[in-house]
Amino acid sequence: MRIGVDVGGTNTDAVLVDGREVLAEAKTPTTPDVNGGITAALRALVADSGVDVARVQAVMIGTTHFTNAVVEARRLAPTGVIRLGLPATEALPPMVAWPAPLREALGDHVRLCHGGHEFDGRRIAPLDHDQLRRAAADFAAAGIATVAISSVFSPVNAEAEQEAAGVVAEELPDAAVSLSHEIGRIGLLERENATIMNACLRALATQIVAAFHAAVAELGSDAPVYLSQNDGTLMAVGYAERYPVATFASGPTNSMRGAAFLSGLADCAVVDIGGTTSDVGILQHGFPREAGAAVEIGGVRTNFRMPDVLSLGIGGGSHVHGSEVGPLSVGYELTERALVFGGDVLTATDLAVAAGLVEIGDRARVAGVDAEPALARIAERIAETVDRMKTSAEPIPVVVVGGGSIVLRDSLAGASELVKPEHYAVANAIGAAIAQVGGEVDKVVALEGTTREDALTEAKDEAVEKAIAAGAERDSVRVVDVEDVPIAYLPGNATRIRVKAVGELDLGRVGIAAGR
Amino acid sequence: MRLVGEAELEDIAVGAAILGTGGGGDPYIGKLLAQEAVRRHGPVQMVSVDEVADDAFVVPSAMMGAPTVMVEKLPRGTEVIRAFKALGDYVGREPTHTTSIEAGGLNSTTPFVVAAQLGIPLVDADGMGRAFPEIQMIVATMHGVKATPMTLADEKGNSAVIDTIDNTWTERLARTLTVDFGATAMIALYPLTGTQLKAGAFVAGTISLAEELGRLVRETRAAHGDPIGAVVERLGGRRLFGGKVVDVARRTEAGWAKAEARIEGTGSDAGSALVLQTQNEHLVAIRDGEVVCSVPDLIVVMDAESGNPITTEELRYGFRVVVIGAPCVPDWRTEQGLALVGPRYFGYDVDFVPVEERFPA
Repeated sequence: MRIGVDVGGTNTDAVLVDGREVLAEAKTPTTPDVNGGITAALRALVADSGVDVARVQAVMIGTTHFTNAVVEARRLAPTGVIRLGLPATEALPPMVAWPAPLREALGDHVRLCHGGHEFDGRRIAPLDHDQLRRAAADFAAAGIATVAISSVFSPVNAEAEQEAAGVVAEELPDAAVSLSHEIGRIGLLERENATIMNACLRALATQIVAAFHAAVAELGSDAPVYLSQNDGTLMAVGYAERYPVATFASGPTNSMRGAAFLSGLADCAVVDIGGTTSDVGILQHGFPREAGAAVEIGGVRTNFRMPDVLSLGIGGGSHVHGSEVGPLSVGYELTERALVFGGDVLTATDLAVAAGLVEIGDRARVAGVDAEPALARIAERIAETVDRMKTSAEPIPVVVVGGGSIVLRDSLAGASELVKPEHYAVANAIGAAIAQVGGEVDKVVALEGTTREDALTEAKDEAVEKAIAAGAERDSVRVVDVEDVPIAYLPGNATRIRVKAVGELDLGRVGIAAGR
Repeated sequence: MRLVGEAELEDIAVGAAILGTGGGGDPYIGKLLAQEAVRRHGPVQMVSVDEVADDAFVVPSAMMGAPTVMVEKLPRGTEVIRAFKALGDYVGREPTHTTSIEAGGLNSTTPFVVAAQLGIPLVDADGMGRAFPEIQMIVATMHGVKATPMTLADEKGNSAVIDTIDNTWTERLARTLTVDFGATAMIALYPLTGTQLKAGAFVAGTISLAEELGRLVRETRAAHGDPIGAVVERLGGRRLFGGKVVDVARRTEAGWAKAEARIEGTGSDAGSALVLQTQNEHLVAIRDGEVVCSVPDLIVVMDAESGNPITTEELRYGFRVVVIGAPCVPDWRTEQGLALVGPRYFGYDVDFVPVEERFPA
């Protein structure tokens, strides 16, 4: 028996699932202290289901906290940024092309230092320890407690980053240090961006993880806590504390996987209508379609693997003016500010009540409202967004989930059918609860005496077996990422092979092991 | 003459990466470098080939080496200026213009850095109407223009001038230096006069074409149209294959990014596989064992959703792509052109068949 939780900007949703069965669901407003909302949701679950807390084997949490913190440039720690690469790379220093507000939120403490490697393992320049010490001392003087270090060709040779981390630790012994070779792949700017984002989220991650633990402990459960990653797999909270950036985009992944689970559809569009926005994604063979090469988060370029999602500013809390809806929203204040709840703002939810699509609040308060033009406009804009995500003109099934789903009627232009599955309002939390498990292989292989094909096949098999050992159903496991980087400076034709395999959690099996 | 600024560079970088056929450098880095230069020094004056005086001294500027290295070891920024000035110093003549040696995300925008920083005009042209891996693979070679004197510079402060008896020697010497520099070098080469330029030694209008293609992708996407179809139509090309990348084998060899990518078909191409063989640029596309497009025609890999070109260094497992083939400039389809850049030069025992003849409309 597992609990899935989705901590959104507006609501905290929770579900209790046993195998494939959803036993209870709860929706509570997200609280500023985070754990208040989770505690309330967990209590409601237990009360509704009457289940003994001791039977909960795991709590899986999906959160958009870290993504939102970057997007909104809030609660980010001032961050020291060191790039090892001089005399190369100076033309495009770290954080080039970052939006100014985000750059300023991090304090603009950027240092370019000597170091880095050539493609063939030679050093571009030796590390200058004095230069690094000065940078660290400047960071210390500025009260900085988190540092990102990147180095040219660190995915091929991590020595420079490790050595620099040692020097920084001497000056800033308590600082959290994020190293780029642990976070990203080849492509200095994108890897460095992800590392800096990770570094600025470390303090927030510590707080959030503590809040998660507190909420679960308050429930009287000693079940392990896991967080969803962007690829739909789980990670142990200890890992999330060090690598919060790995949670990016787990929200859309969870909602799409939850939608697939609830609807039983494998190829369809998924529309997740929340309080403020709607996210539209595409399921292909049961998996979210991935975005192309570069994905921007808060205006910063990264090369994470992420579901391809289009967002539009329409949700259940959206303000309504005539036939125009959003992007302004009452957000988590819906139950105070919407007309049907006694408030003074005409929201999309009020339209749904006026049109008789849902019975909540006081319908009499919206008696005179002509809901049709605005509801038609909502449907039109969502249909347009679905259309943009489709690859052909053929109508496809559309699954609608999320608390704001009430604003859609049961048909949509361009949809062969519109499915609003049971438990639609908590699809995200269900996505977290049925999270996938992954197996990862990252090793350096000498290709002497073997072929690259054989080495790759062996690594893929190993990753698949690891995923199965971690709890995945054998038939569902598929390889999602393969990368090999030739390491020219090692003898024996060496190459670094990284493979990740992911599969559905075998709901019949007990015990979950988190990846990484 | 017209001014080119930050906005135009967005489109130029994308369009040039389309013409770069996988090589020619990362359009994002190329765009950032050129935009930074334009921000600091103001927009660049771009002139058409026929606006260049006969006695003009045009010196193209570029990056040479493995594009896979360039996404890690970013430039210092001063290398290309040092290479450009060193060439002028060596021949004892001040260059009046710069231009692009090849189309590509980085090599179409690098000359903008030189033009902006030195305040000289840039000629709307390039040496080949696409990108090719080796130095002598340029239309100018067929016009008897020599690559040398050529200058190379690295980020550490090293620079070199080479002066050779022919372009094959230039390739050999320059490649060795580039590998020693760390598989990338900033270069200036193929100095030529306005008269030679106007006689067709360079391909006129390539930068404008790149800008047009970039704009086409951006605008068609914004209008929810089919950006890939729009590019195919503009270039008179063909859609060759659509599918998912299932393997990319790469190696950096003698300063080149060599790769072989395998794409498994989806949709109407389900059940088939396309193999791309690459030496900085895509050389051949082989469908189920049969060559369906080869150099010198353009083989372009595009993101199936966005229509953005995907460079060799970006290509990786899992990407959904569409591969298109497009005609090269006519110069390359001559006997002399095919001897320089045809499939046989690269070791493929096949005859060149123009893509539009292989797949009649």
